[in-house]
Amino acid sequence: MAMVETAPPPAAVTLDKPVGKSPWERLKPTVLALIVPGLLLLFWHIATTRRWTRLIPTPYEVGEYMIDFAVGGIYDDAFSATLVTHLLASMGRVYGGFALAALFALPLGLMIGRIPTARMVLDPFLQVMRPIPVTAWLPLSMILFGLGPRSAFALVCLGAFYPILLNTIFGVRSVDPKLFEAASMLGCQGNAQFYKVVLPAALPSIFTGLRLGLGLAWFVIVVGEMTGVPQGLGAVIMDGRTLSRTELVICGMIIIGIAGYISDRIVVMIGNRMLKWSPTHHG
Amino acid sequence: MAESKTPIIEIKQVSKVFKLQDQTINALHDANITIRKGEFVCLIGASGCGKSTLLRIIAGFEQPTSGKALMWGTPIAGPDPTRGMVFQDYALFPWLSVRDNIGFGPASRGLAKPVVKETVDKFIELVGLTKFANAYPHQLSGGMKQRVAIARVLANDAEIVLMDEPFGALDAMTRERLQDELLDIWQRTGLTVVFVTHSIEEAIFLADRVVVMTPGPGRIESDNPLILPRPRDVASPEFNEVRRVLGAKLHSHHGKKAA
Repeated sequence: MAMVETAPPPAAVTLDKPVGKSPWERLKPTVLALIVPGLLLLFWHIATTRRWTRLIPTPYEVGEYMIDFAVGGIYDDAFSATLVTHLLASMGRVYGGFALAALFALPLGLMIGRIPTARMVLDPFLQVMRPIPVTAWLPLSMILFGLGPRSAFALVCLGAFYPILLNTIFGVRSVDPKLFEAASMLGCQGNAQFYKVVLPAALPSIFTGLRLGLGLAWFVIVVGEMTGVPQGLGAVIMDGRTLSRTELVICGMIIIGIAGYISDRIVVMIGNRMLKWSPTHHG
Repeated sequence: MAESKTPIIEIKQVSKVFKLQDQTINALHDANITIRKGEFVCLIGASGCGKSTLLRIIAGFEQPTSGKALMWGTPIAGPDPTRGMVFQDYALFPWLSVRDNIGFGPASRGLAKPVVKETVDKFIELVGLTKFANAYPHQLSGGMKQRVAIARVLANDAEIVLMDEPFGALDAMTRERLQDELLDIWQRTGLTVVFVTHSIEEAIFLADRVVVMTPGPGRIESDNPLILPRPRDVASPEFNEVRRVLGAKLHSHHGKKAA
């Protein structure tokens, strides 16, 4: 029945990846990625062993302390073997605050993006609120939510809120108008277009917003945990600062970096699966 | 093709004025045209002649400022699955596979899943994309995307297919092949096609009637039935004679403007 012979035209589907990569080709990205951290570590080592500064511990000392912090058995002080507790406390706030931010920002963003009246009412207000940094909210947050975890939670939530909101609005507003025409001439009209056109079309942007929001949640966790919480990586860093225990501060920083990185990679993997149709969301 | 006398589309004294701030643009002035079921009509003209506006009025995307646009004698109130549109830039849903793009219309109308699948299979085969059923639009070439766009409106039982320079963005070889395929589908299905183009050759190759439009304000210059037998040979003297005549009509307004 097919009316033509259907040799695939050029530039068609690329179904499989090139096979037979050499071991070097496989390792290359990892090796290249390790160059800068390696050099930094080397510089740190030289700077501290040559006593350019006495206030920063050597990489070896930090490494040793990291082990003690994680599993104990070396110094056996108040912070030994507490890494998991602090990490879990911070993760709870990061993901909890992020989830709460998403819960507010997504519907609000969809509304502002779709309903002109909502945009006129809310957009100017939000544009004024947006430049206020999370750090500036710290005192007010402590008054409103008290000293402790609730305040930390609120600040993380605030940090994640704007990127999710703004990217959702952007995604909803930048749907190709032709797609609405295409949908309506195919019989999908009115509110059905919201679910069948607006949401899927805005998904890449929404996803970018979620990714940025989660990144910012990790970013502001230290500020959030300045509010006098007993546990959390931010609290560890603040304690380390008060106690002049720089190795503790550096351990906290490294763990936040790694945890944030892993968290981001997971989100990217989920995104790649969900958005495999989108040419800009590969890799 | 076999023309029945029933007018499927009637455009009666239709004008369209666009207002942009303090500027008014007469996109279409006093257009009259009747399209019968099964006809292949090409609208041709330079940019600004109102051919796309006329097509969009038939589609229901635009309402006439004055005059009447009727389908089966009833005013066209808005876009409708009976009038399928094929856009120049495809307007496929990038998040849906080829299969789901073609099934979008049938699914939107609430058909049962097995019926949707059966319909999709049929039209995917018709446009020769069975092997690419699960590919996403960004993985396809321009010609393949336009095949999907055509299958999408056919799968939705469109009575009329409205095509807005559908092959304008394709390379010459792909364009020729899609023209052949389109004629083949049209001849086998008895569809009505309204096809906008700026290529005289394309219009003469495809159409039963070529409607020549001229700009400033956009209007219908002439309605030219073609009596060339099909399949048409673009190299034949008859084809070239028609091309000469239509070319003269197409460029006539230049002279008028200069005068």
